[in-house]
Amino acid sequence: MIYRDCPWGIYWLILQAEAIAYTMIIQVTGVRKYFKEVKAVDGIDLSIPKGQYVALLGPNGAGKTTLVEMIEGIQQPDEGSIRIDGKSWKGNEDELHQLIGLSLQETRFIDKISVLETLQLFASFYSLEKSRIDEVLQLINLEEKRKTWVVNLSGGQRQRLALGLAILNRPEVLLLDEPTTGLDPTARREVWEILLRLKTELNTTMILTTHYMEEAAYLCEKIVIMDRGKILAEGSLQELLSKHVKGEVISFATNGHLAQNQIPQNGKVLKMIYNEDDHSGEIIVEELVNYLPQFLDLVKASGLQLTSLECRKMTLDDLFIAMTGRHINE
Amino acid sequence: MSKVIRNQLLQHISLEFKEFFREPGIIFWAILFPILMAWGLGIAFTQKGTLVKNVALVEMKGGAEQLMALKKNAEQELKVGVSAPTNWRIKFGTEEVGYTTYNFQPVSWEEALLLLKKGKTELIVESKPEGLNYHFDPMNPEAQLTYLQLVSAFDPDKQAGEPGKVVPLTQSGTRYIDFLIPGLLAMGVMMSCMWGISYSLIDKRVKKLLRRMVATPMKKSMFLWGQFLARLSLGFFEAGLLIAFALFYFDVVIEGDILALIVVFIAGNLAFTGLAILVSSRTSKPQVGNGMINAIVMPMMVMSGVFFSYHNFPDWAISFIQVLPLTLLADNIRSVFIEGAGLAEVGIPALILSAMGLVLSSVGLRIYKWY
Repeated sequence: MIYRDCPWGIYWLILQAEAIAYTMIIQVTGVRKYFKEVKAVDGIDLSIPKGQYVALLGPNGAGKTTLVEMIEGIQQPDEGSIRIDGKSWKGNEDELHQLIGLSLQETRFIDKISVLETLQLFASFYSLEKSRIDEVLQLINLEEKRKTWVVNLSGGQRQRLALGLAILNRPEVLLLDEPTTGLDPTARREVWEILLRLKTELNTTMILTTHYMEEAAYLCEKIVIMDRGKILAEGSLQELLSKHVKGEVISFATNGHLAQNQIPQNGKVLKMIYNEDDHSGEIIVEELVNYLPQFLDLVKASGLQLTSLECRKMTLDDLFIAMTGRHINE
Repeated sequence: MSKVIRNQLLQHISLEFKEFFREPGIIFWAILFPILMAWGLGIAFTQKGTLVKNVALVEMKGGAEQLMALKKNAEQELKVGVSAPTNWRIKFGTEEVGYTTYNFQPVSWEEALLLLKKGKTELIVESKPEGLNYHFDPMNPEAQLTYLQLVSAFDPDKQAGEPGKVVPLTQSGTRYIDFLIPGLLAMGVMMSCMWGISYSLIDKRVKKLLRRMVATPMKKSMFLWGQFLARLSLGFFEAGLLIAFALFYFDVVIEGDILALIVVFIAGNLAFTGLAILVSSRTSKPQVGNGMINAIVMPMMVMSGVFFSYHNFPDWAISFIQVLPLTLLADNIRSVFIEGAGLAEVGIPALILSAMGLVLSSVGLRIYKWY
């Protein structure tokens, strides 16, 4: 009845929007969370359809953890609403706890309790059948370590145990806070493979926080770049790059001073940084193929020699630097 | 379908058990240490060794003759050994009451005062031509005892009590060890709950495990009951060993009702579990937890009559001390051990302890920081 005075076309649009909202398994609307002076999360909207893997990418202090913990029901937003499968946390705790699986940043388990015993403890919270523990042990590849005390596990094995606890209850929504931070590349890749299997086998929805771009790019269809409590950009890797990142990068260094005003500025240079001290610089250009010969000619004409030269496409990190002036994993 | 893992409570209890028994350090401190302490203190205060006490002897002008006469008198009348004339000793006592040797040190008045100030002697004897003067702090019971014994040796006519009439107390239930064992049991309950539960909870909070667990459908009540029941059963185990040791080694006797002892013991565990939950309700820093536990545990250990009677405290303090949970627990365990108390006697204190536990834990839970 609220829409009584709306023209029919708009009414139809509103219905469509509501229908879309309903199919979203996670719906975050206008969420804010302040700690004293710090605006940890400063007005965030996020909609995630079922089965999507989403990466929250940003440096430390971007507000990723606060946002995820609010979705997990561990923290309450000061403003805004969070709905999971259409339900808010208030009054639906039991139901939502059954629905989600999570791993927190740096949870430590009890040192002298084995992998199996830790899994059994958590299985008792969900009243799970014993065979599920074996399945999970196999999935996280810790079958051989089942009797090993947590204190004797490697970092990667501990992270896999944390992941095992997160997926124990076959969650529809998986919320992982930096699941691979501090791991070596091999251990990280092992975690990635487990997550990709879950996606294909169970159609799990996942939010993962990370400050590794390659992790976000490898695992997730959607990347949300956050900084200082706000979303800077979101979309698939391709969308982000094509929408926000134009150009290619020439990184170079010479054996002497290169007068900056000599560098061709024929409208195709988007940005240039030059360090006088070590004679190195970066030039961001629209099209590398056209610009590079001119640049090489210039260096030659100045009587200098290149000591290094690297050409590449722009990455998310370049995008992040362009937006904030900082590196993403600072 | 395979078996479902359903019992959260048993899982929590078994986890606490494993944590306990897999830590060799805990086993030593929780189980062996109290026994060693009982043994050490029991031996120290029950063996009849010869006690040596120093007495400063100040000989004033003309007092020498008087002194010699008295020495002789002591030798003849009391049949106690008197050795060398200058630096001499008197040995008192019998096989039953134990021996005390008084070591007389001839010094000047100034030196005597210095000895007194340094605590090297408790009494100064001043010999004058007209007789002996005794200088000591009347508030010091040790000095009083020395005075009485010396009076009986030197001036039999003035004596306050004849040494032959001292009846030594060797009956079971009146020894120090009989006083000590119930105190240690009560202290064990306090320590086990305060360190065991508080620490376990703070540790789980520090590790973010608490936060991780409450993000599951875990029942918080099951978790806390698990803590209590695990501690209680470990407490029974620890107390059982200590009691067995006391029964066999020191012939301690439980004169009252065992059931009453169990009831008081459970009530004590409830009270201290409540206190432990309250103490650990907010902090996520082990150091802060440490300090808070110490701040609660130490005063009670000193005041609540674990090692010595609290009746030496001033009257206004005693009424406060008597309502401390450790005092309630120690007094009632002691009344079962020594006074032969039964359920009728310990019922009300046990109810008070349980109520304390419930009130403290519900206050604790109201402000509890799970995340």
